[in-house]
Parts: sequence; structure tokens; C-alpha cells
Amino acid sequence: MTTPSLDAHLRVERTGFSLDLALTAGAGEVIALLGPNGAGKTTALRALAGLLPLTAGHLRLDGQTLENPAAGLHTAAERRPVGVVFQDYLLFPHLSALDNIGFGLRCRGRSKKESRAEALPWLTRMDLEEHAAKRPGKLSGGQAQRVALARALAIGPRLLLLDEPLAALDARTRLDVRSQLRRHLAEFDAVAVLVTHDPLDAMVLADRLVVIEEGRVVQAGTPAEIARRPRTDYIARLVGLNLYQGVADGRRVKLEGGTAVTIAEELTGPAFVAFPPAAVTLHRSRPDSSARNVWELTVAGLDLHGDQVRADLTGPLPLAADLTPAAAAELDLTTGATVWATVKAAQTHAYPA
Amino acid sequence: MTAIDTAVAARAKRGSRIPLALLLPALLGLVFLVLPLAGLLIRAPWSAMPSELSSAAVWDALKLSLICATSATGVSLVLGVPLAWLLARTEFPGRRVIRALVTLPLVLPPVVGGVALLLALGRNGIVGRWLDSAFGITLPFTTTGVVIAEAFVAMPFLVISVEGALRAADPRYEEAAATLGASRLTAFRRVTLPMIAPGVGAGAVLAWARALGEFGATITFAGNFPGKTQTMPLAVYLAMETDPDAAIALSLVLLAVSVAVLVGLRDRWMSTP
Repeated sequence: MTTPSLDAHLRVERTGFSLDLALTAGAGEVIALLGPNGAGKTTALRALAGLLPLTAGHLRLDGQTLENPAAGLHTAAERRPVGVVFQDYLLFPHLSALDNIGFGLRCRGRSKKESRAEALPWLTRMDLEEHAAKRPGKLSGGQAQRVALARALAIGPRLLLLDEPLAALDARTRLDVRSQLRRHLAEFDAVAVLVTHDPLDAMVLADRLVVIEEGRVVQAGTPAEIARRPRTDYIARLVGLNLYQGVADGRRVKLEGGTAVTIAEELTGPAFVAFPPAAVTLHRSRPDSSARNVWELTVAGLDLHGDQVRADLTGPLPLAADLTPAAAAELDLTTGATVWATVKAAQTHAYPA
Repeated sequence: MTAIDTAVAARAKRGSRIPLALLLPALLGLVFLVLPLAGLLIRAPWSAMPSELSSAAVWDALKLSLICATSATGVSLVLGVPLAWLLARTEFPGRRVIRALVTLPLVLPPVVGGVALLLALGRNGIVGRWLDSAFGITLPFTTTGVVIAEAFVAMPFLVISVEGALRAADPRYEEAAATLGASRLTAFRRVTLPMIAPGVGAGAVLAWARALGEFGATITFAGNFPGKTQTMPLAVYLAMETDPDAAIALSLVLLAVSVAVLVGLRDRWMSTP
């Protein structure tokens, strides 16, 4: 493998929080930092942008060292070839869309006229020509997002950072903007790092996901890998799976509390076992089914999840089960009710921990 | 009746019964504020106004007042906006003490300010002596002295106003500018300053109005020489003793200027919040 375009080891120590994140990426790659609130995603992004100094570690971009605290090197944000799309865009309210895009060029010494001439093609690329003269306050959320993206790209960055790029949009706009953003990111030839807590955004937009929790990487890989083999509860919940960790012994995985889950494949040693909520069948009385996995559980909560009812069950094996509203009514499910849950071994997925 | 109807009815009912204990002092307060102005307008020698105002001395005083107040505002802008930025955007030891010192002229009696200026910048003052011997510059009892006295009293108004605007402005815009390649100075000039322009404008008008009405520090530090340091308030005070009609005429001119400023700012301060 050739030297990566982005080679970073971000270490930031603050009272009550520490970030320790190694990140490498090749040119053209899109990395998503995924994690719950407070995981350190935004801290990582600010450190990459130069808005927050590293305590230790290093940051190299295209072979050039931008930051190395051990050597006392910190390149200021304004001197880094890094473009940032902020969560709420932070478009300058007193400048037109065109001048917002041209701002970075003006900072590089272009005249007002030159910066406008150079910014114009970006408006065209973003389908925003008719909005050139508008102030950000007059733009829709999706348009503002595109202006922010164009503003960051117009400086020709070697690293593009996007902080929750779709969080400020309503559900309807989100779909459109997500696919447009995907197209623009695909055209971008340098490294892009985006931060999100939305797994769908991460999976649609990124080539590789880096999941962080409490300032540490808990899992990294392609979206498909992570969706199929989550390694923490957080990721499992994100991708909508019930996930347990235990020790496999042939066709059974013994969990910590003593409960065992029968699996389809042969496996030994520490293992994860996962199954989707839709694989769970609920019964009011003990079933005579062929399923090997039968547990008596208590309904802790019910809520509507899409057109399905998601039942939150507690007991020897806490799990989430999906069923149709009709089935929920037929079973007369209420909070506190006792139910029997079955899962076919063939519906589970086990893999080494 | 719907909930909204009930609420509307309740408000109407509440509006129809204003407690006397609030209404009476409120009206008295209003009269107290308006009566002196009414007195000024009623007692004004309207027929003699043209002749009173045609005297060269009046226009000299007014011209001097406008020039000095505008210059003092300019000085306040050049020095006060960076000072406000320093107070709002940087952290340094003793920042709170500095901030208190900056606002001190707001509460200091202007005459005391004038005395203090004399002790600092007067011919025998700590800095003034050196200015005199090294450059031959004398500040007290000159037109420049008037500008200095007015700026001393007026600048805190500008600093407070601009600092407030800076604190209300999101500093992340400056970060966004930095990621686009703007130095801190460029970010301040191209992003922050345009965004806080209304606050700077309001502060400048406030400082200008304060400078225009400045009396105590001016007369102490700059004296009362017609055409040189005699501004409108000084002229009004002096005229009161010799020619009350002239004093009223001068007062009306100042009142007109004040009203004009208020009208100019009506969008900002006179609209009901």
C-alpha cells in the first residue's frame, strides 16, 4: 500500500474527556466517524481542522506534517489545506451565496471580481445559479447546505471535513441532499471525513466507517462489515440488531448470565451472536415450536417503529422484537405482560469476538 | 368558550383595570420628563429666534460642538472597537479588572474626569510634561483637549455597546473564516465587524450624543474659550447668566439635534420590544 493521504493520530486530553483516535485514509476515500453524542466525533473534527490543538500524536496530510505537538508544530487552521462544512453551515449572513463561496479565494489574495468569477462555476455545479445574489437567510436548508459545501470545496482542500452534514435538514430534504452529497463526495479527489450519529447517512455516504465511543475506536470497517458484525451494543442498536457476547461451544453460545443461544454454525471461543428483532416470534403461552431458543420474558415497553410494533423485553435475555400491530393486538401485549419469545437458530448470526 | 377566547377576555379585563398605585406614579413620571421640555418650547422667544441664532457666536459653538463630538466618536471607534474585541474575545489575567476600569468613566463625575485628565495630560501632568518638553505639544485648553475630554467620557459607552454585540455574535463564524484561510485580523474585518455593525453604529451614536452634551470634563480640562473650546453646553451655561433668551435658543438647537438622533435610531430603540 502506498503512503496514505491522511495519516493522523489524534490525542486530545481535556478534563473529564480524552480522545485517542488513529485515522488513515487514501485519496478519494470517504470516512465516516460514527458514534453517540459525546463520543468525541466533533472534537476529532475540530482537531483535524486545527481549531483545537492536539495534546499528543500527529497529523500528516499528503506527506506534509501539519501538527506534531512533540516537535512543537501546530499549523494554524487558516494555513491548512482543509475545508470544513459545519453542522449549521455558518454561512456569513452579510454576504451573498456567491461571495460566501468566494470568501476563501478572497483570503488567498484574489480581488472581489476574480473571486466571484472563480466561485461562479461552483454555483453551477451545485445548481444554484439563480440564487447567486441571495443572502443565506433567504436560502432553503438544502440550498444552504450546498453553498456551504461549495464554499469549503472552492479553496481546493486536500481534506474535507463535514460535521453532521444532514442533521439540520428535515426528513424530506434529507433524502435529496444525501444523494447529491454522495455524488459530490464521489467526485472529490482528496480525503473526506464526515461526522454523524446517523448510521444511514454514514452507510450511504462513506466508504469506511470508524465507530467511536468515549473517545476510542470500537470498530472500523466497510458499512457492510459493520452492519453484519457489530461489536458493541451501540452499533447493534444502530443497525437494528440484538447483540450478545459470550463463549461459543459448538452450536451454542453461553452468555454471561448463564443463558445460552443456539446458533446455526459451529463456533468455539469468545463470540458475538446477533439476530434482528424481526426474527423474534412472541407467544402468550409456552410454545411447542421446534425453535431451540425459547425464553420467558416480560414486556418492558412498546412503541411504533415504522409500521411495526417494537417490543422491548426484559428477562434472562433482554431483547427487542418486531411484530405487526395486528399480532400485537392479538397477543394482547401490554407493559408488564409475560411472553414467550422464540428465535430459530438459522436466524441468528454468530462470529468470533 | 374556547381557551383562546378566555385568554383574550382575561387580557382585555386585565387591561381595563390598571391599578391606581401604578398608574399615578407612571403619569407623574411622564409629566416630570416631558414638562421641562414643554417649558423650553413654551418659553422660547420664537420671534427673536432668527436674530438669536444668526449671531456668529452661536454657529461657532455649534460647529465646534459637532466637530469635537464627531472627532471624539472617531477616536472612540478607532480605539474602542479593538478594546471591546480584546475584552470580548480574549482571555488574559486581570481582564475583569480592565473591564471595570474601562467602564469607570461611565459612573465617574465628569468634573473628576476633567481633573484627572489635567493631572495626566496637563502641562505639569505625568504624560503632559513629557509631551510638552519632547514635542512641544500642549493639550489642555485647546480644541484637541475638548476632543480628548469628550472621548474620555464617551468611549466607555461605545466599548460597552460593541462588547455586548461581540458577545452576542457567534464566535464560530470566526472559526469558519479561519478554516477558509482568513487570519484573525481578516476574520474580524470581513466577518465579525459586518456582523456587529448595528451594535457598533448604536454605540457610536450613543457616544456621539454623550460627547455632544459633555460639560464637566470639557470645562475643567479645556476651559471655556469662545471659538476654541466653548462648545454648545458651555455656551448655554454661560448665556444663562447674561442672556437667558440666547440660552433658550441654544438649548432648542441642542434639543433639535437630540431629537434628530432619536428619530434616526427609532428602529432600534423606539420600537416596542
